[in-house]
Amino acid sequence: MVTFTLNGKDIAFDGDPDTPLLWVIRDEAGLTGTKYGCGIAQCGACTVHLDGMPRRSCVTPVSTVEGSDVVTIEGVSGAEAAAVQAAWIGLDVPQCGYCQSGQIMSAVALLQLVPKPSDADIDNAMAGNICRCATYVRIRRAIHDAAATLEG
Amino acid sequence: MTMQTSRRAFLSGLGLVIGVALAPRGFAADALERGDLAGAPGVPAFNAFVRVATDGTVTVLSKHIEFGQGPYTGLATLVAEELDADWAQVRAAAAPADDKIYANLLFGIQGTGGSTAIANSYEQMRKAGATARAMLVAAAAETWGVPASEITVVKGRIAHAASGKESGFGELADLAATMPAPENPVLKDPADFVLIGTDLPKLDTVAKSTGRAVFTIDVQAEDMLVAMVAHPAHFGATVKSVDDAAARAVPGVLDVKTLPQGVAVYAENTWAALKGRAALAVDWDLSKAETRSSQQIEADYRALFAEAGHEAKKAGDVDAAFAGAGLTVIEREIVFPYLAHAPMEPLDAVLMKNADGSIDCFNGAQFPGQDRAAIAEVCGVDLSQVRINTQFAGGSFGRRAQFGSPYIREAAAVFAASGMARPVKHLWTREDDIRGGFYRPTYLHNLKGALDKDGNIVAWRQHIVGQSLMKKGEFDESTVEGAADLPYGIPNLRVTATATDLPIPVLWWRSVGHTHTGFAVESFVDELLQAGGKDPVEGRLALLGDKNPRHAGVLTRVAELADWGGPIPDGRQRGVALHKSFNTYVAEIAEVSIEGGKPRVHKVWVAVDCGQPVNPNVIRAQMEGGVGYGLGAILFDQVSLGDGGKIVQSNFHDYRSLRIHEMPEVEVAVIPSREAPTGVGEPGVPPIGPAVGNAWRRLTGQPVRRLPLSSAELA
Ligand code: FES
Ligand code: FES
Repeated sequence: MVTFTLNGKDIAFDGDPDTPLLWVIRDEAGLTGTKYGCGIAQCGACTVHLDGMPRRSCVTPVSTVEGSDVVTIEGVSGAEAAAVQAAWIGLDVPQCGYCQSGQIMSAVALLQLVPKPSDADIDNAMAGNICRCATYVRIRRAIHDAAATLEG
Repeated sequence: MTMQTSRRAFLSGLGLVIGVALAPRGFAADALERGDLAGAPGVPAFNAFVRVATDGTVTVLSKHIEFGQGPYTGLATLVAEELDADWAQVRAAAAPADDKIYANLLFGIQGTGGSTAIANSYEQMRKAGATARAMLVAAAAETWGVPASEITVVKGRIAHAASGKESGFGELADLAATMPAPENPVLKDPADFVLIGTDLPKLDTVAKSTGRAVFTIDVQAEDMLVAMVAHPAHFGATVKSVDDAAARAVPGVLDVKTLPQGVAVYAENTWAALKGRAALAVDWDLSKAETRSSQQIEADYRALFAEAGHEAKKAGDVDAAFAGAGLTVIEREIVFPYLAHAPMEPLDAVLMKNADGSIDCFNGAQFPGQDRAAIAEVCGVDLSQVRINTQFAGGSFGRRAQFGSPYIREAAAVFAASGMARPVKHLWTREDDIRGGFYRPTYLHNLKGALDKDGNIVAWRQHIVGQSLMKKGEFDESTVEGAADLPYGIPNLRVTATATDLPIPVLWWRSVGHTHTGFAVESFVDELLQAGGKDPVEGRLALLGDKNPRHAGVLTRVAELADWGGPIPDGRQRGVALHKSFNTYVAEIAEVSIEGGKPRVHKVWVAVDCGQPVNPNVIRAQMEGGVGYGLGAILFDQVSLGDGGKIVQSNFHDYRSLRIHEMPEVEVAVIPSREAPTGVGEPGVPPIGPAVGNAWRRLTGQPVRRLPLSSAELA
């Protein structure tokens, strides 16, 4: 039995402990905002926050999150999340939208760590998130916009 | 087969489930019977495209799938304009599958592709909006006892000035839906447009910025199984034998079946399906498979240059021109690799059989009528018993548009073999996607050009070898589009094509033939211009003459935007490319330097003429995305066959996608126009490759002879 919290709720999972956290979140908890894109930590579509840090849930066995707090796009909150989502909406960042939960989770984690990121900071933090629609120009601009909002 | 419900993993503590699309069986059937096409019960229908709810919400049913290219917003804008709706009251939803009512007027069947969504719907959707408006006005006239001609509609408010009467749409919706629809409603003069041509916010942005947008992979049905199919690593291979003992021993795996497409594993959840599939030991029969390597295929193609090829275009006398004296002749071969589309959401579908025997399919249906027919055939039910519920799709780039629906045939075969007792979600992994074929074909281009002593291009010969997308054998326009119709005034010209036949399935890839013809033509013309001592912009303008004003218009505009001829930072060069595809004209300039022996693209300027711009925000987004998608492909991507024909690449580690640090800045100018609108999903792609390649040639002196650029021996 693995126990952890998912968006603040207690979870107890007694299936295969090797099950990647991604599939526990999607199949068992029924939260589908977190996406599958590659399964090998290459695309970032499955990014969640594990104890506040961005994590690729597709390569995170559920057994390793015992006692942790997991937050997904459905539960992400706080000033950074609000600023990022507002900037995303303001710039109409998404195209197909499939990668965007992961992009937003990575962007929120970046702003929590670095309130005023440079372009190089953005490259470092976001290079693991693929967008096949190549919405990168707007992702970059939205992160700068969100940082400006947070600065007040 | 009997599928036994194994004990589901115990999960507790989740009171509320958010964001999950749980489709109980029979749900869609009920919805359709209620006429509830937009997903909200009892909404008055004005016509096949427009619903107005009693709360005033206007729902536009999109006959085109939304996978990021913006048709929900675009088609809704056309309706809202003529309806005089307020944008805040407008929504969009997928129309059901119907090859007649929802036909793409350029295809004759329902389908999305070829950048046609706006082009074929422009009049139709405006008419749908104008019809609904007339019905609302008629309802107001009847209710208020005033002449319809005195009623105005502005931003969702219906008013009669003389009597002071005023209403929203909702109050009148029920009555309006019963009013006769005018045959030929009068459409607005474009000068009166208030929504068309403005940067309206996209209708799907909020759902896609909060994780709430539902894609096929998110559809969960009661009691649903997850199925995956083990596919061969060789094209044309079939199953010889299977040892499934280890797979069946995986907890959660329910059954294993051999199908024409491979070996299907059925499981209680995704992880068990993945584990079960990995545990299969399959022996493949390679007797009909492609066993040549990419190098062997390339050499075989090269030998075909000796053949004459099918003549697609001829002007003047090419042979005589090349025989002339005092010419500079340049010959160039360019090798293009197979390309996977790699949409962010791999292919998937959810199929379920209802109590009445009908089947619901939830998928990213790009050709819904084709998908529907495939399911009816494979599952052995009447066509009328199959419903397609089109979902948001996580990209396509051409991948989901398949005549005959081979992917859906696999999903349906998996479902049929299961006995159809429980709903089935059929999932492809990224590996299935990269190795699944239906690629942009490999092509070889042979180009030969001659310059006279003044540097003018006097002769051009181009021979293209590769698979036909339309499987037309002898000649296929999509092999030569963008080459046979090049806009430049070259007096002696011949373009030929030789079609090859391989067991590697091929498909259109974002911009179809233009993916390679645009590269070849724009690279070679640029090389010839340079050899002739001409400027890339001025030289092209001279070749365009006065018969190609829209080509010249975007080229002139992009040169202005980029301050062509102005100073460039040290160590950088700029490349130009101009290409028309799908009746949209795009010119791009790329500024490039060398970083670690490879091209680094700093900035791209784009000018696009797509006729009347419907939503410039969406147009700019498609240009930005087209630049990034095309750039990733020319820098990194190829699917290759190793020795013995085994597919080499498998996932994003070796089939690279452009990443954010590799994305250039992009600046887009949209040309104002009152011409009929054309599409923007594809036309941004073709110019980026040659623009970068041309800058690269100017940096290094080396023309691009092979794509991707990362595979070439770079200077
Ligand atoms: S699905 Fe986890 S990184 Fe791609
Ligand atoms: S928006 Fe389509 S993959 Fe990012």
